[in-house]
Amino acid sequence: MPTIAPYAFDEFAMAAGFIKDQPAFAIADGTIRLPTTVGDKAVEAHSGGLLAAVFDEANGRLITGGEDGRVCATGADGEARELASIGRKWVTAVAAGPKDAVAFASGRSAYVLSGGTVKELTHSRTVEGVALAPKGLRLAIARYDGASLFFPATDSPPTGLEWKGAHIGVAFSPDGRFLVTAMQENALHGWRLEDGKHMRMTGYPAKVKSWSWAAKGKFLATSGAPAAILWPFSGKDGPMNKAPLELGTRGDTMVTSVACHPAEDMLAIGYADGMILAARFADGREAVMRGGGDGAVTTMGWDKAGARLAFGAETGEAGVIDLAG
Amino acid sequence: MSDTAQAGAPAADAIPVTVLTGYLGAGKTTLLNRILSGDHGKRYAVIVNEFGEIGIDNDLIVESDEEIYEMNNGCVCCTVRGDLVRVVEGLTRRKGRFDAIIVETTGLADPVPVAQTFFMDEDVRAKTRLDAVVALVDAKHLPQRLKDSKEAEDQIAFADVVLVNKTDLVTAEELARVEATVRAINPHAVIHRTSRAAIDLDRVLDRGAFDLKRVLESDPDFIAEAEHAHDDHVCGPDCDHDHHDHHHHGHDHHAHGHDHHDHGHDHHHDHGHAAMAPIHDVTVTSVSLRGDELDQGKFFPWIQALTQEQGPNILRLKGIIAFPNDDDRYVVQGVHMIIEGDHQRPWRADEKRESRLVFIGRELDREALEAGFAACAARPRADA
Repeated sequence: MPTIAPYAFDEFAMAAGFIKDQPAFAIADGTIRLPTTVGDKAVEAHSGGLLAAVFDEANGRLITGGEDGRVCATGADGEARELASIGRKWVTAVAAGPKDAVAFASGRSAYVLSGGTVKELTHSRTVEGVALAPKGLRLAIARYDGASLFFPATDSPPTGLEWKGAHIGVAFSPDGRFLVTAMQENALHGWRLEDGKHMRMTGYPAKVKSWSWAAKGKFLATSGAPAAILWPFSGKDGPMNKAPLELGTRGDTMVTSVACHPAEDMLAIGYADGMILAARFADGREAVMRGGGDGAVTTMGWDKAGARLAFGAETGEAGVIDLAG
Repeated sequence: MSDTAQAGAPAADAIPVTVLTGYLGAGKTTLLNRILSGDHGKRYAVIVNEFGEIGIDNDLIVESDEEIYEMNNGCVCCTVRGDLVRVVEGLTRRKGRFDAIIVETTGLADPVPVAQTFFMDEDVRAKTRLDAVVALVDAKHLPQRLKDSKEAEDQIAFADVVLVNKTDLVTAEELARVEATVRAINPHAVIHRTSRAAIDLDRVLDRGAFDLKRVLESDPDFIAEAEHAHDDHVCGPDCDHDHHDHHHHGHDHHAHGHDHHDHGHDHHHDHGHAAMAPIHDVTVTSVSLRGDELDQGKFFPWIQALTQEQGPNILRLKGIIAFPNDDDRYVVQGVHMIIEGDHQRPWRADEKRESRLVFIGRELDREALEAGFAACAARPRADA
């Protein structure tokens, strides 16, 4: 039976996960919480508020962007180190990439930090989302009417991937073969990068705000429906002409967060009522990890071994679920 | 998914949003500074295009690049401000940080995508409620602005409250003409005269203009005249004048088919004057419809189809509808193709159970609207 170590951080949890096996939480009030290393004291990372957060597992740090125009990296020691500062502008998206590359966005600019230099890439429309490819130094941005791919180390013009509508988030598949965007409409869009072939992923009753790649990139799991929707990406054509897997279907609430297990074919599913289920891909079998809470689960992350799940909710409720009990 | 959003009312604790429009130099920044420095004990988050002249240091002033996104549903008028979606989402994640949001638009901004954002984006709608669109008008320069741009007219047409500002810079005659122009574009807005944007903030903030519970309650042209609070607005100075001496400039002036005759006062506005405005360059018109009880089975299909087909031409619509065997007033309001409706409150014993509907827009086909509305009548009108 899993056990839960609960935490209460009062405000919206933006990211929950682990830094070097220690649970870490990024909270919208601008703080980072490291209950097992720093204790109750909040690490003040951003004045005003924190707008974007992503775990950089390879480098054991949490990358955050805030209303103060700063990008910070916080390690398990609880020190928030400033990586960049762009003045009085909101940093609305961050991404971590290979080596120590970090990308972030503010207004109509994307920035790439690599090898101690900052490169600003301006665009005619707002940069809604950023992602760094799993290999090399390649940046993808989500924007109105599609996505653009940059090689920030060169001055070559970006490659445009066009699809009508507003694209507000972006991710590479773990093997780097596909690029997927989340849209202002309740849909995802994807491109196979080798030939630009389109993949439409529609049918969601709500916006997709959480997604997670399964081990070896077999599936892309997503929120935005009463079930976790998993699009198959193992074949050559990705999810084209294939029905998605639906797991953890509940009639009375919505899936708000998903996190695939790092090794096994299963995922954690967080719901609007605070419940968290674990579900297996093969047979859809479910197990309750958390019975419920006072608000929607907004973020979840597994530790490296896949033994513990950190989670956070919009109300600031958070915790670490230990599968071993 | 339908192009017509039929969402319910936003949550009770939703944060009110006031949209401030007006041409460059109309006084938006002056008004903002008054709001931010006023002694009201409230905290406002302000979304601006540029920090510019705002003299108050406030960490809740957010700069945002105007970003208009067309929704991917084949409807050209279904646009939202993508930057507002993002900023409002960021602001509302924090609780108890501020009491209300003010969105200041650029002088050339189209107010429609701003307003639609608060209806079309589920997340924004869940956290906020659009309170009112307030337009500032520079009394001195309005005639020129209307010649220069469609936006100046749109801003007035779309507003719930119009501040005719810089009244100290014009003569009484000029002011009268400017107000008549504003009235011609939008007979339903509450107009206030101001100098240096000085106004009691209660008249600008917390108006509930998009609140179905309050819709039309403060509309100068719409509320029952008996309970009409005359100090709450400035009537167009020549609203009891005869407009028929103005130029026709080529319009085929329709017969005024309004039922104003039955409320026996000499103060009503004649909507026909929109077609022959006292100042040229006005292309927005309004159509007011009035009738008895409507048949639900006829009204809903009609208004749905109408907003689907005519949505791009309809800037705003508002109405109070009487249905047979229904004790409550049914209220509707819309922006382009978005329309929402709800029961408001029981009809009072002293109220006439009648249905009223107003449209503000361009290229409105008055005769077709009148005919369509009349065809929704619960029973044929003897005097029709």
